[in-house]
Amino acid sequence: MKCFTTKMITASLMTLCFSATIFAQTIEVGQKDKKFTKSKIEINVGDTVKFINEDTFFHNVFSLSDIKFFDLGSFPKGEFKEVTFDKAGTIEVECAIHPEMIMTIDVK
Amino acid sequence: MKLCEIGFSPRYRLALLVFIGLIIVLPIKLQAKEFKDITFEAGHESLQGWLLPKVPHPKGNEITEARVTLGKMLFFDTRLSGDGNMSCGTCHNPLYGWSDGLPTARGFKSEVLGRASPTVINTAFNSIQMWDGRKKSLEDQAMGPMMSNAEMNMNIPKLLKFLNETNGYKKAFNKAYPKETINELTIAKGIASFERTIISNNSPFDQWIKGNKKALTKQQIKGFKLFVNPKKGNCEVCHSGSNFTDNGFHNIGLAQFGKKDADMGRYIQRPLGLMKGAFKTPTLRDITQTAPYFHDGSSLTLEEVVAHYEKGGVAKGNLSPNMKTAKLSKKEQTAIVAFMKSLNTKQQPFLLPIIPH
Repeated sequence: MKCFTTKMITASLMTLCFSATIFAQTIEVGQKDKKFTKSKIEINVGDTVKFINEDTFFHNVFSLSDIKFFDLGSFPKGEFKEVTFDKAGTIEVECAIHPEMIMTIDVK
Repeated sequence: MKLCEIGFSPRYRLALLVFIGLIIVLPIKLQAKEFKDITFEAGHESLQGWLLPKVPHPKGNEITEARVTLGKMLFFDTRLSGDGNMSCGTCHNPLYGWSDGLPTARGFKSEVLGRASPTVINTAFNSIQMWDGRKKSLEDQAMGPMMSNAEMNMNIPKLLKFLNETNGYKKAFNKAYPKETINELTIAKGIASFERTIISNNSPFDQWIKGNKKALTKQQIKGFKLFVNPKKGNCEVCHSGSNFTDNGFHNIGLAQFGKKDADMGRYIQRPLGLMKGAFKTPTLRDITQTAPYFHDGSSLTLEEVVAHYEKGGVAKGNLSPNMKTAKLSKKEQTAIVAFMKSLNTKQQPFLLPIIPH
């Protein structure tokens, strides 16, 4: 009986993980005219944000937040970088080169 | 390098935070047009983004004559410094393009500081202040040099006592900020109001943008094209928009960055690899008045500046990805310099204030 319960719990957890993977989304945010194309987005834990440089020069994307600390380096027009958010909270994202570029990501 | 350690009183910090919260910065519309979409003809529609907008004023510190008058007195009053011999105008002197003509600033007891005094010209349009961007607004910045031991080294309680006991100042503050006391915030707001009157927006370049065909020479127009062309000068990638700055941060490969104990610039504020040795793009308006150039004053002339970029910098360890090397002939370099000289608004005599005694 104990063995059966353990198997059930394991199976449930695996299903849950599988579902989360299936339902995790990728949200695109552009960098155009020295602005993020979205100033604020709401996403769920597990979602990925894809930052696409649409300007003719290099941009950066970073966050110094405790919830999600990352620095995507610099990348030119047409290239993109992705970040998956694994904790809930509000994260301020900036471009280090152009500090007027700021956006907020609310992870639910 | 000397970095200023600035301590704000809790009361001032709170007031400043509230004030900054109220600030609405009207950003300059950056030139979004690509090189291929620009027609280099006087008055052409595609060029109009290079005209400066109206001077923005933050909520809570709207412009009034009384505020500018007060700010002008404070700006030039040497009694706002510890030794009574330095004012804001010492390092930001109208005789030297609101800078000081020195490679790097001199502070308290004439000690040599690590960075050049940035010009005050058109700082009204900046969305971020200081070479490393550590201050957001002019109000946020104004008390910094007074509080810094390395700069004006002023005792703030002593300053407030002096201003509160000087009748002329009491009247001027009351007229400028009638419902507020004389404090660090009202001093900062007064100085910022005056600084927003130091504007350069009527250069031959502006006249050419407005349609005066004779305002620029052929060489200057050629220089402008080279300045904007991403495959040639590529200057506009950072010196963008009507104030010729992206308010951004770039390591431009100055020799100083290759030395031991190099100034890390923006990295102190934003500890990201890209920001090591990166400094804020300065305006190019009234550029001939503000030599020497770069944050360390290492170039004496505009010719030297253009030659620096032409060879792609010296210390290339952490170059801005937006800095490209392109071959420019001597003739082309001269044309770019000629263009930059067209960004000077004709100088007018400046009237000093009468300070209260």
